[in-house]
Amino acid sequence: MRQNDTRREICGRAIPLPGNDIDTDRIIPARFLKCITFKGLEAHAFEDDRRQMPDHPFNQARYQGATILVVGQNFGCGSSREHAPEALRRWGIRGIVGESFAEIFFGNCTAIGLPCLTLDAEDIAWLLEAISRHSEQEVLLDVQQRLVRVGERTLRATISDGTRHQLLTGTWNAMGVLLEAQHEIDRVARSLPYVNGYSQ
Amino acid sequence: MADTLLDKVWQAHTVRTLPSGQTQLFIGLHLIHEVTSPQAFQMLREAGLKVRYPERTFATIDHIVPTASQLRPFADAMAEEMTVHLTRHCKEFGISFFDLDSSRQGIVHVIGPELGLTQPGMTIACGDSHTSTHGALGALAFGIGTSQVRDILATQCLALAKPKLRQIRIEGRLRRGVYAKDVILAIIRRLGVMGGVGYAYEYAGSAIHAMSMEERLTICNMSIEGGARVGYVNPDATTFEYLKGRPFAPQGEAFDRAMAWWRGMATDPDATFDDVVRLDAPSIEPMLTWGTNPEQSMGVSERIPHPHDAPDADRAAWAEALAFMGLESGRSIAGTPINVAFIGSCTNGRLSDLRVAAEVVRGRKVAKRIRALVVPGSQAVARAAEAEGLHDIFLEAGFEWRKAGCSLCLGMNEDKLTGREICAASSNRNFKGRMGSPTGRTLLMSPAMVAAAAIQGQIADVREMLP
Ligand code: SF4
Repeated sequence: MRQNDTRREICGRAIPLPGNDIDTDRIIPARFLKCITFKGLEAHAFEDDRRQMPDHPFNQARYQGATILVVGQNFGCGSSREHAPEALRRWGIRGIVGESFAEIFFGNCTAIGLPCLTLDAEDIAWLLEAISRHSEQEVLLDVQQRLVRVGERTLRATISDGTRHQLLTGTWNAMGVLLEAQHEIDRVARSLPYVNGYSQ
Repeated sequence: MADTLLDKVWQAHTVRTLPSGQTQLFIGLHLIHEVTSPQAFQMLREAGLKVRYPERTFATIDHIVPTASQLRPFADAMAEEMTVHLTRHCKEFGISFFDLDSSRQGIVHVIGPELGLTQPGMTIACGDSHTSTHGALGALAFGIGTSQVRDILATQCLALAKPKLRQIRIEGRLRRGVYAKDVILAIIRRLGVMGGVGYAYEYAGSAIHAMSMEERLTICNMSIEGGARVGYVNPDATTFEYLKGRPFAPQGEAFDRAMAWWRGMATDPDATFDDVVRLDAPSIEPMLTWGTNPEQSMGVSERIPHPHDAPDADRAAWAEALAFMGLESGRSIAGTPINVAFIGSCTNGRLSDLRVAAEVVRGRKVAKRIRALVVPGSQAVARAAEAEGLHDIFLEAGFEWRKAGCSLCLGMNEDKLTGREICAASSNRNFKGRMGSPTGRTLLMSPAMVAAAAIQGQIADVREMLP
């Protein structure tokens, strides 16, 4: 049940999305959650913001084809909709670098193999500026070394040991690992009074 | 050793430590709804798996249901299709489904506690960020994404890292006209929308202790708006009293055995926390939001802030939010005209919320040109309110009395804002576009404050309108 692929390094052009507390309702507005598959969600990534801001980065020709998203603080706060990371992934995003991430969003990204790395505030500000000036600039996310490389410059990134391990070993889809412990699951279930109707 | 509820519940549900360092945690109650589950069932089917413990998952339908007429098929073909899918999946995998015609349907976070499914000491998960609500009964309740819904269906487990724990103590008595909603808005204002990332919140102190279960549900509901995935209140006599006699609560002697176990799961008196924050209950006044996230809030007697009042890092965001909201810095927030008043949602759509609002509304009329809706959080809430005649009070005043669902809380059903409409809402999110219009505006407040705004046609201090 393990994936054959891993997430060691991600390289590509980057798209800047400055601002803090960008919630999942903005990443994918609720009306596009009326679906039974994730297919086609990419068309609606940031739809409302893009309509209201013609120069929204996702509208700009120079960022089309970018694979790395650079964001501010608390990115992905709000709703738990996995439609948000799915919309980004389907749009072409392969890795996200930010100052910080909301917890459920971060977990959802990891679950679909979309690495989120954290940089400190100054480095994020520098990176946003650098890729706004030079949209052709390639950025490398190195999950293994916990680094972000941009041209000559190397930035120290943070990612928890656990998440890094999942990405490097191809075990971000937790189901496979969780399934391995069948007997222990049943043992815990039996030990919980409420599972047995508080019968003793 | 002195342990917290977090420690004890975590320990009791730990299956093993995973190679990633996360815990494989057994989930005692899994709740699902139509929006975040279809893809999970599909993934399960593709993996050729069955639901591991179908009797531990319960489904309902809330986000996409219309609240005017709920006759099937729904006018919205996609809403109908999602309903059909959920029905089929539940049948195929042997999951109990509280459908529209079951009399038990409602917003997932309203029906869990109401049916007695939610119990102290449990681990609970639902593909919805407001799952934190269930912590009010002393459970650890996690909002999750669709891949994790799949994980639970397949294994009844989640891979999770144990959060840190912050105790938030609210001491003293709330003043008249100040409610649980005001308390949680005050907490989020103080700690910020990301202050709780990585933390579980334990709510404690004399004000929390004095609260009813429904008030505690309101507090825990919005933990996630403060960034905390989990929020809980230790189980006590109020909790046990609330659960007694509910359909899925243990009955008879089993209830007594349960109570003993529940008591034992509460935080020990001398337990320690990673952090403790104190708030003074009497200092809290009726609150409402002025911006586009739940931290951007103020007391009703304050003046609309100016971006130069903001911490440096927030200045631009404040300016942007004020521009979006069309609010003028320095003016009093009271007197801001509204177009729509919404009483409902998993935050404030329970019977006690409707009672408080009805008290304000009784004998008065909704202001001209205001669209005012009351949307009960569940069919059971609707029945109870109707038995008390609350619906008549609302209807006579000019409110619409709707059927149970998420309604205007988010733009996934027929209830939406149009254009730049401004809505006084008892729900939990004032995000841009949340209520279905990309430019629509939401002011979050208590149900009593929404009722006051509906009557006045503008933001008003409910304290001046209480009987
Ligand atoms: S009422 Fe609103 S917040 Fe609550 S579950 Fe429904 S959509 Fe989500």
